[in-house]
Amino acid sequence: MSDTVTPPRSFQEIILRLQTYWASKGCAVLQPYDMEVGAGTFHPATTLRSLGSQPWAAAYVQPSRRPTDGRYGENPNRLQHYYQYQVLIKPSPPDLQDLYLGSLKAIGIDMDLHDIRFVEDDWESPTLGAWGLGWEVWCDGMEVSQFTYFQQVGGHDCHPVSGELTYGLERLAMYILGVDHVMDMPFNDPQTPIPLSYGDIFKQTEEEYARWNFDVANTEVLLRHFEEAETECKAILDQAHDDPKTGKRIIMAHPAYDQCIKASHIFNLLDARGVISVTERQAYIGRVRALAKQCADAFVQTRAGGWRPEDAA
Amino acid sequence: MPDLLIELFSEEIPARMQKRAGEDLQKLVTNGLVEAGLTYASAAAFTTPRRLTLTVEGLLDQSPTTREERKGPKADAPEKAIEGFLRGAGLTRDQVEERETPKGNVLFAVIEKPGRPAAEIIAEVLEATIRTFPWPKSMRWGSGPLKWVRPLHSILCILTDEAGHSVVPGEVDGITFGDTTEGHRFMAPGRFPVTSFDDYSAKLARAHVVLDASERANTIWNDATNAAFANGLEVVEDKGLLAEVAGLVEWPVVLMGKIGDDFLDLPPEVLQTSMKEHQKFFSVRNPKTGRIERFITVANRETADNGATILAGNEKVLSARLADAKFFWENDLRVAKSDMSVWTQALENVTFHNKLGSQADRINRIAALAKELAPIVGADEAQAEEAARLAKADLSSEMVYEFPELQGLMGRYYIGETEKNAAIAAAAQDHYSPLGPSDDVPTAPVSVAVALADKLDVLTGFWVIDEKPTGSKDPFALRRAALGDVRLLLENKHRLNLAQVFEPGIARNISARLIHDDEYYAKQLDRFRAELPVELRNTLDRLDTKIVLGDPKTQLRYRIVIEFLSGAVFAADKDAIRRDLLAFFHDRLKVYLRDQGIRHDIIDACIAMPNNDDLTLLVKRARALSETLATDDGENLIQGFKRANNILTQAEEADGVEYSYGADIKFAEEPQETALFEALDTAEAKIAPAMEAQDFTTAMSAMASLRGPIDAFFEAVQINAENQTVRRNRLNLLSRIRTLCLSVADLTKIEG
Repeated sequence: MSDTVTPPRSFQEIILRLQTYWASKGCAVLQPYDMEVGAGTFHPATTLRSLGSQPWAAAYVQPSRRPTDGRYGENPNRLQHYYQYQVLIKPSPPDLQDLYLGSLKAIGIDMDLHDIRFVEDDWESPTLGAWGLGWEVWCDGMEVSQFTYFQQVGGHDCHPVSGELTYGLERLAMYILGVDHVMDMPFNDPQTPIPLSYGDIFKQTEEEYARWNFDVANTEVLLRHFEEAETECKAILDQAHDDPKTGKRIIMAHPAYDQCIKASHIFNLLDARGVISVTERQAYIGRVRALAKQCADAFVQTRAGGWRPEDAA
Repeated sequence: MPDLLIELFSEEIPARMQKRAGEDLQKLVTNGLVEAGLTYASAAAFTTPRRLTLTVEGLLDQSPTTREERKGPKADAPEKAIEGFLRGAGLTRDQVEERETPKGNVLFAVIEKPGRPAAEIIAEVLEATIRTFPWPKSMRWGSGPLKWVRPLHSILCILTDEAGHSVVPGEVDGITFGDTTEGHRFMAPGRFPVTSFDDYSAKLARAHVVLDASERANTIWNDATNAAFANGLEVVEDKGLLAEVAGLVEWPVVLMGKIGDDFLDLPPEVLQTSMKEHQKFFSVRNPKTGRIERFITVANRETADNGATILAGNEKVLSARLADAKFFWENDLRVAKSDMSVWTQALENVTFHNKLGSQADRINRIAALAKELAPIVGADEAQAEEAARLAKADLSSEMVYEFPELQGLMGRYYIGETEKNAAIAAAAQDHYSPLGPSDDVPTAPVSVAVALADKLDVLTGFWVIDEKPTGSKDPFALRRAALGDVRLLLENKHRLNLAQVFEPGIARNISARLIHDDEYYAKQLDRFRAELPVELRNTLDRLDTKIVLGDPKTQLRYRIVIEFLSGAVFAADKDAIRRDLLAFFHDRLKVYLRDQGIRHDIIDACIAMPNNDDLTLLVKRARALSETLATDDGENLIQGFKRANNILTQAEEADGVEYSYGADIKFAEEPQETALFEALDTAEAKIAPAMEAQDFTTAMSAMASLRGPIDAFFEAVQINAENQTVRRNRLNLLSRIRTLCLSVADLTKIEG
């Protein structure tokens, strides 16, 4: 009874199908953000664009880094560098659940044989001052996505509300492709003259980064970089709204937010190096959150953030 | 009389909120209807992951007409008063009546409110219910302002009677009331109309939705136990999990899967916790071995392959999860066997409370206290101390980091793998007990010492930083901790003076606070300085400047010196804390004994006696008193005692003297008087040694035996005799009664 989809053969085919699917549903297919982030949510296309009144629909792959999850490429499921697929639509459409289920079908999950469930999971990002309600989506007991209706970002209420979908690509692909160890997963088509596995591409880097993250990264330098990013972020936001050179209103929310992302990633590295005590942890998270809030405050003052010249009066 | 059917259809409602939401829907809607005059015969609510349903049967088709009469001002009252009255009643001058009353002609308004059709009322009540629904957490979606637990998609609201059904006209934020719903998301997609509750539930069943959560739970439990039984196994009962799983599916399908051989040797609690917490699986146990060998998962659908794909997927996910658990277990075991002090050291970096320091600081205090308590509870001192030091080590283990609910239990496993005494391993698990009022109380001496110390430390600590429970707020579960100590002492019949064991706990926690709470330290230092001679104060100030700039260790030393020197400053503080904390224990004790049928006034009568911080003694006294008062003699003795006490108190107040000089039998005039003298002599001779031996039963039955002589005495004898000598002698005799009775318990506290 179902219109079955041919099963995908590789990791990249699953990504390509998601791109095609969400493009066909009207999303702007963006490219990954060009900075180190811990999750797809950090991309300004999600964090900043979920703020303000302007409609938005974007989908993208985001390479994400979680230094503490590094296992030298040996753990079948854990990586310090992995991919997330992220969709953000504002306002959240009434059929978002159906759209999402359609994407699972598109990547080869036979909806007649699997058990898909929406299990309560409220999302909160203390570093972004953000929270939302939603679910983790289970396929046969495995979490394949996070589904969230954003309620607050950077301390601002979301109006309208964005619907956010996050797919953990490696885990999802391993399940669809029937692979037990991430490094064994075919990255490109296994039938091509030069078949490459996930391990061919990432085993080397997982080892290198695990060593650097855990044992080598210079913590003094990192601590300094954290301070610098924090200072720069604030300095950017302290600038006058009107640019003295062009005479235009140019609030630099994005450059400031880059510094916030940077501080967040450096914090993650310091955490992996084990130099942050439990009590200090909260303090660092609070500092990054303060930056995220200031960036959000700035963004809603921009045109993209919904500001209108008449608001000035 | 029509029936009402309401269904609020949304995206998936968290399982934990469903039951309460069904109850709230029923309460809010039916209350609203009844308030508006619409009574009904019966109502019932149902929930599934995607819907809240309410059926109300035998509803009035309209609210009754009501008539209200209002008395107004006099007919000749000023214009303004009349205008106001008319405005309030919503009537014009010619619509109100003038009636003659003794006070003259008065205006009367008769306000008739015509009944309203049920549909109109329902629409209002339902809208108000939706807009004010008490979800524990709700959200907005899209561009609308409406809040619901997850996006609300449709509202079914129909009235059904013999003539058929009709949709109640209404809408909430663009969602128009209708008569359609949806079946199972995957097995029966698409909307369909319904005409009544029976039609609705029948069509839902055909569309693969079991509406009733308890029916889903029953199906799950029956199918699960049958599947297990067929394999000679049994399902580990878990009511909470069953309710949760029943809230995750509309069409439950039970599947039993295997656990990989690699994982069968993990402790059963680890398997169970991992499967339950992460996967919401039931554990299936081999009754012969007690091992967990299989799992039950509940899918939300049937499939063409009878769940084979679903089960294979679940088994795979479980393997990944258990691989993690196994990894934690093996890593932890390695640490435990080589050197567990790695774990205890790690607790130095874990804050217990910012005013009281780290977990490691706390463990040091508990260890010292456990050692002090050991002789009292019959434990070996060294063992108690070591047990206390290791009891919380597992908080640093990977397994407990992953599954906090396994704290203590993992400690027992890990310590059990070492050369250490089994009593030390047991204490790791036992020392958190008892957790609830019905939880078992540890009995092994080492466990008791650590369990007592653990709770006493947290109590004295939070009293020192003045974070006591208030009203319903008790975030650190201090009431539970105190009740735990009460039960540990009573149920093990241990004798100790609480005030004495509070002492070191309070002292250690004050030290901790001086070190960790800067503000407190500064304040105490000022208090201390104020009591010093000027020269010493100046020296101290000079020292202090150096100290503030010095290294942490110097500062620490300085603070300890200050604390030592300022013993007098703290003596009063300590005393106040000790008294207040003891009163808190007494309150917990009252709650505990009340549940065992001992009245609070009886406990008060015993608390007023010396040694009231020895709870075991206190309870022994209270039980004896309770038993005595339950007898006829005892009950009447109280009356006699009160009578004696009242007469005596009044006489003492009137005469301005205390009658305690001992009555003399030679002034006795009546035989009943003489008999009372003799009875008191006999009772005194029994009571004094019995009290000495803390044999309260004997003492109290001797006291109760006075009932007859006292009653006879009051019957025959006039206290206020003409002869002052005789009168004083009788008052002094009453004083003997009072003194003797009060030596047993403070009977003035007894009510009634």
